[in-house]
Amino acid sequence: MATQPALADDRSTTGPDAANWIDVAGLHKYYRPRKSEPTHALSDIDFQVRRGEFISVVGPSGCGKTTLLKILAGLIPKSEGEVSIAGHAVTKPLPEVGMVFQAATLLPWRTILENVMVPVEIQKLDRTTHRAKAMELIEMVGLLGFEDKYPYELSGGMQQRAGICRALVHDPAVLLMDEPFGALDAMTREYMNVELLRIWQEKAATIVLVTHSIPEAVFLSDRVIVMSPRPGRITEVIDIDLPRPRDLSVMNTDRAGVYVSRIRQHFNAASVID
Amino acid sequence: MTDTSTAAVAGSDRSAPASPPPVKQKQRGKWDLRERPELWMVPAVFVLVVALWEFGVKLFDVDAFVLPPPSAIAESLWNQLTNDLFWGHFWVTTQETLVGFAIGVTVALTLGTMISQVPILEKTLMPYIVAFQTVPKVALAPLFVVWFGFGLTSKIVMAAVISFFPILINVIEGLRSADADRVQMLTVFGASRSQIFRMVRLPTALPFIFAGLDIGIVFAILGAVVGEFIGAQEGLGYLLLQTNYNFDIAGMFAVLVVLSLMGMLAHLTIRFAQRKVAFWAEENRVIGA
Repeated sequence: MATQPALADDRSTTGPDAANWIDVAGLHKYYRPRKSEPTHALSDIDFQVRRGEFISVVGPSGCGKTTLLKILAGLIPKSEGEVSIAGHAVTKPLPEVGMVFQAATLLPWRTILENVMVPVEIQKLDRTTHRAKAMELIEMVGLLGFEDKYPYELSGGMQQRAGICRALVHDPAVLLMDEPFGALDAMTREYMNVELLRIWQEKAATIVLVTHSIPEAVFLSDRVIVMSPRPGRITEVIDIDLPRPRDLSVMNTDRAGVYVSRIRQHFNAASVID
Repeated sequence: MTDTSTAAVAGSDRSAPASPPPVKQKQRGKWDLRERPELWMVPAVFVLVVALWEFGVKLFDVDAFVLPPPSAIAESLWNQLTNDLFWGHFWVTTQETLVGFAIGVTVALTLGTMISQVPILEKTLMPYIVAFQTVPKVALAPLFVVWFGFGLTSKIVMAAVISFFPILINVIEGLRSADADRVQMLTVFGASRSQIFRMVRLPTALPFIFAGLDIGIVFAILGAVVGEFIGAQEGLGYLLLQTNYNFDIAGMFAVLVVLSLMGMLAHLTIRFAQRKVAFWAEENRVIGA
């Protein structure tokens, strides 16, 4: 709790432009397989994310949302356009980025703490200070006492929480999440959503979440980007004007229901075209 | 805030083990005969086979030159074990095996790493490796005796060559088996090629490498003994031939017992090291993850 005001201060000190913390302009992505027709995976993607914003990307499968996230992560090159995070052009993986994956992808030969420390080791950051930070995160996600356990001793939900700690340990400017709760059962998933909101608030993080769950996107986000396939493009950006802090009961309100059905209409339209 | 969240964790993760697997119970069950019937079944089979053998040989009056009774083998084994000459042979074969194995492991690890990391090396060398692998290495033993003489060297080379291939294949296969998602995870956090190798490829390969070592050490013993068959003045393979020439069949069996004990000890040593070094592979199999 004591760290919260400090983080809030940190948030207000503007480094690069806080309104364009993530800046994607005129982004295109083509896949050009050697023997078949090139596919237009992303077409003219334009959006900005404010510092501290929680934004979700939803769309039917094949709409390019994972491609978009991989470009932000620096894993695959863009074809055209500009992509920058915290003022840095993304051409390769940036140390300013943390990422949570579909599966927790913990290393089974490392303890939870050693797993959380992976980015610190890779980026050769100071171990002692980051070890304390890692322990703080482990405590924050409720894994205290499990730091010396191995991944196989933890449930799927707990492993994914360790994955979130790993993504946050090096104080990234942006947290990218690729369907992080898709493999979890419905109950655990709801719980993880609440947890994620708490972490987001506590760390004042900027989060881009790719998900195929519309209610999840509505519940978590400040804005939802709706994409459609062939070629992958943004069809609508919806401001989610629900009060914060939120708990699961907010999903029972009419307003949340309106957002969900409005987004679902896009999905239905897309499947009709198919 | 932290307190409530911890409580919520305990409540929501029903599938989670509340605490690490109950280690105490595990240890209690380790020597529990009801839990593990093999603990008495295995010795029981031994006793049964030996008893049937002993009485069968006596009952059907089998010639000791054909099949000596276990009692004669035990007696012969005792005579060997209390004889300094035997331990000389034992030591020679052990030396040949271990030195040959060490050379085989070193070359296999080095070459396997290079082949798995440099695609052009793999493309160039793999056809030769596959071709050479199909050669029955035992058939090379006479050649090695011609090249390296009747001393230890030819047997060491034999042990090295024959243990080299299973290890090499496992090193290459293991270093190739790194999970793509794990590599991608490290890449996102900015890992270099050597960091990815050290943090994911090598640990992934360890269970494979140990499987190779397990086969390799047993092959090394085989290589040393075969080498001694072809031409030697000492070693357990030489002793085996000597007892054979002298129609000391019980003595032959005694040497065979020693050789199989050597193999078992080597195998158990590798398994022990594997459990210590690549512990997660074992646990994951149990969990089924």
